[in-house]
Amino acid sequence: MSVPETIATKTIADEARPHLPRGVRLRFDTVRNEWNLLAPERVLKVDAIAVEILKRCTGTASFTAIIADLAQNFAADPALIRKDVHAFLHGLVQKRMMDL
Amino acid sequence: MTQTRPLTPAPVGLLAELTHRCPLGCPYCSNPLEMDSAAQELDTESWKRIFSQAAAAGVLHVHLSGGEPAARKDLAELVAHCTSVGLYTNLITSGIGITGAVMARLNAAGLDHFQLSIQDSVAESADKIAGYKGAFAKKREVAALVQATGIPLTINAVMHRANITRAADMVNLAIELGARRIEIAHTQYYGWAKVNRDALMPSRAEADVAIAAIEALKAELAGVIVIDHVLPDYHARFPKACMGGWARRTLNVTPTGKVLPCHAAETIAGLDFWNSRDHDLLDIWNHSPAFSAYRGTSWMKEPCLSCARKEVDFGGCRCQALALAGDASAADPVCHLSPDHAKITEALVASSGQTAPDYRYRRLDKRQP
Repeated sequence: MSVPETIATKTIADEARPHLPRGVRLRFDTVRNEWNLLAPERVLKVDAIAVEILKRCTGTASFTAIIADLAQNFAADPALIRKDVHAFLHGLVQKRMMDL
Repeated sequence: MTQTRPLTPAPVGLLAELTHRCPLGCPYCSNPLEMDSAAQELDTESWKRIFSQAAAAGVLHVHLSGGEPAARKDLAELVAHCTSVGLYTNLITSGIGITGAVMARLNAAGLDHFQLSIQDSVAESADKIAGYKGAFAKKREVAALVQATGIPLTINAVMHRANITRAADMVNLAIELGARRIEIAHTQYYGWAKVNRDALMPSRAEADVAIAAIEALKAELAGVIVIDHVLPDYHARFPKACMGGWARRTLNVTPTGKVLPCHAAETIAGLDFWNSRDHDLLDIWNHSPAFSAYRGTSWMKEPCLSCARKEVDFGGCRCQALALAGDASAADPVCHLSPDHAKITEALVASSGQTAPDYRYRRLDKRQP
């Protein structure tokens, strides 16, 4: 069977511009007091760090720019941030909840 | 002002059966055998009130279903209302009645997700299962309309005797149609499907081949398409955690406004269902007798009561326990520990090797084609 070539199996490129596709929404749940990522038949509860990452995934900022911005705002090691952000976004790409 | 703490965790999902009208006649339809007519349906304002109450109660996803939800002329208006109160809208449709103009209205209303049923990967068989000539071709057109809007598309495929050998082909078709997700659900035998059980039940061997093929594709296609696989419970050792546990996550509103813990719950005689015309949705969730009846684990008897899995599968399905064991608080007979497990084995033997009988199509007016 032919499988379409997919970005999912690769690493996220520096110039990729991650963004939530239509049908995937970050929303604050006022009943439970928590952030959720809503997607087709899925609800992901997201913590404060994930919210900071997701808010930067607008489709305009590149992967590199998102990491630089996070490193600056949270005075953290860019290499460590890259590793964490990559793991988080790659997981979402695999679930078709993030486009690049 | 202090907020009253809810008695039970808030519901996360609401299935709105907007209508029982449907042009298709799928023999495994999840609607009840006794269906509501158009004249009995809730009006637009009543549905809007229910959706507002659902959002306030903590519901995140609303599933707009039927019957065929596009049979309602106010469908886009209802979607727009759900969007305005912050609900995530999921349309579950046969595609029949979704014209270009309807699609444009749904898109403008902010529809979040579109689920399209497809009966088989081969047109002739698909149309026969649906009991509707030309259904397959129409669905291809609808998939293209969805694609053009950018709304994520899911293909819903129910697997049974007539299409089980093409389970993997269904996944290929879904990718070709641009779907981001496919739900492969092996038939669950309630209502219409139970009536048609001998016509629908695949052999154990056919089911095993399909299950293995789909499970392999799941990993292979990660990042291409999400595959949600609902396994056939008649072939399982343990029961499914039906609805994630009775009255634990979701509620279901019928076309006439009755609020149920699951779509088949009305098959359990003696349960007292409250109607959204008389009560607020959260009040029903917290206090209606039908929701309280099998919530949690206190209603259980052996072998469930002392079972280590009682909070894993919640004793399985109450409706199936009633239908097969004659007791809604018994263990789901699918479980190999159930004293009534032989009923499942007998059903499998009865349907194997027989020529499949004709379908009894699901029709609102009870006339058969």
